[in-house]
Amino acid sequence: MSGNPAAAPLLRLEQVVAGYAAPVVGPISCSIQAGDVLGLWGTNGSGKSTLLNAIANAARIFSGRIERAPNLTLFYQEQRPVRLPAMPLTGRDLLRCAAVPTHRPPPGPLSQHLDRRLDRLSGGQYQLLCVWAALAGSAELVLLDEPTNNLDPEHERLLALLLAQPPAYRDDRRAVLLVSHERAFLESVCSRVLELAPDA
Amino acid sequence: MNWEIYADPLFRLPFAAGLLIAGVLPVLGALLMLREEWLAALGLAHLAAAGALLGLAVGAPAMLGASLGALGGGAVKSLGGARGNTAYGFMILIGWSALLLAAANTSAGDALGQAVMDGQIYFAGWTELAAAVLLTGLAVTALPRLMPRLLRARFFPRHDTANRLPAWRWHLGFDLLAAFGVAVGTATLGLLGAFALVLVPAWAAFRIAPGWAWTLWLAGLMGVAAYLAAFVLALGLDQPFGPALTAVCLALGGLIGALSRPAQGRRGA
Repeated sequence: MSGNPAAAPLLRLEQVVAGYAAPVVGPISCSIQAGDVLGLWGTNGSGKSTLLNAIANAARIFSGRIERAPNLTLFYQEQRPVRLPAMPLTGRDLLRCAAVPTHRPPPGPLSQHLDRRLDRLSGGQYQLLCVWAALAGSAELVLLDEPTNNLDPEHERLLALLLAQPPAYRDDRRAVLLVSHERAFLESVCSRVLELAPDA
Repeated sequence: MNWEIYADPLFRLPFAAGLLIAGVLPVLGALLMLREEWLAALGLAHLAAAGALLGLAVGAPAMLGASLGALGGGAVKSLGGARGNTAYGFMILIGWSALLLAAANTSAGDALGQAVMDGQIYFAGWTELAAAVLLTGLAVTALPRLMPRLLRARFFPRHDTANRLPAWRWHLGFDLLAAFGVAVGTATLGLLGAFALVLVPAWAAFRIAPGWAWTLWLAGLMGVAAYLAAFVLALGLDQPFGPALTAVCLALGGLIGALSRPAQGRRGA
């Protein structure tokens, strides 16, 4: 990728076919610019998570190519956040792990949970805290896999609020690639929505 | 109880070596517990004990053999990507088998094997103290750098791969530090005494600590408190040190376990 770095895409996929032992998804072509909140919609088994894994070097690319902007930093929040039987870390500890600047407390009621142990949070609260850890750091491309899973309508609204927050620093370039099977949610929070057909 | 024995200069070196180890092993234990690898400590302790005896059989110091045994296990575990109870179970079996075979087939091996099992800290000298000082120095230097990376890898496991970061470096670094800690602990405090210091204070701290910094401090302080109590009891009552330390750790852990409820029972809605 060359030319004006600000205008160049953060990520470009060209005819990417990805999978594990065998191809699961593709060919897919798209690009993501700074400022994008790109939704990826598809039914179960359409390969949405596999595509995120391919972008994050965790799946095999059978053909095509993925081009990253130079020194692109990623944050990948998986579908199920790591949840241990005992987690003696507070929400603040978790944000510190993700290198979230201390001047960025999460918006809304999530800030009330910063001093609670992670294992005393509900599944939804913990999931949203993980999403905030991804969004509030310095990563330029944030990959969110099914962040609406297990969220009630109130927490879904809070997720939309998190996604609307600006990057950590004013000059930061940031884009979000958000995978979900909830089309209505994607339509409401994303600047673009791509649809993955099962045989894509 | 014979109080004069505590003033005996003979016990100063063992006391100082054990005190340093008792402060470091629980902190390593907290990280091992967070990685759900606490059983690895028992595997490494067995390899360290076997290494100590095999080292003595070829004329090497016990501390060197213990360190090589545990570091070898830690390196193989880390570089081979071995995770989970199966790998640690094999480490325990290999170490136990080698320990007892070495004890049965070397001169004075039987007595030394028993000493490693009993944990006779009173035999510790300058070598053990030097190893404990080195361990403390390594932990104080390396853990502040390793800790943020290890925590991030634990809670955001895709991060390093996604950013093409050489995560193997900090995983190997911690595995070797843990292996060295367990080796020094095993050679100084005995096999199960060292394992008790890795497991019990961290387990208890995980139940009651309000945050991660508290977890590390509580684990370390509980390890030191258990060690001091065990040193006083074992020396004053003429008991083997390893079992005394393990018993005190268990009593402390049992007390905290009884007074606290597991965190899962207190989750919010």
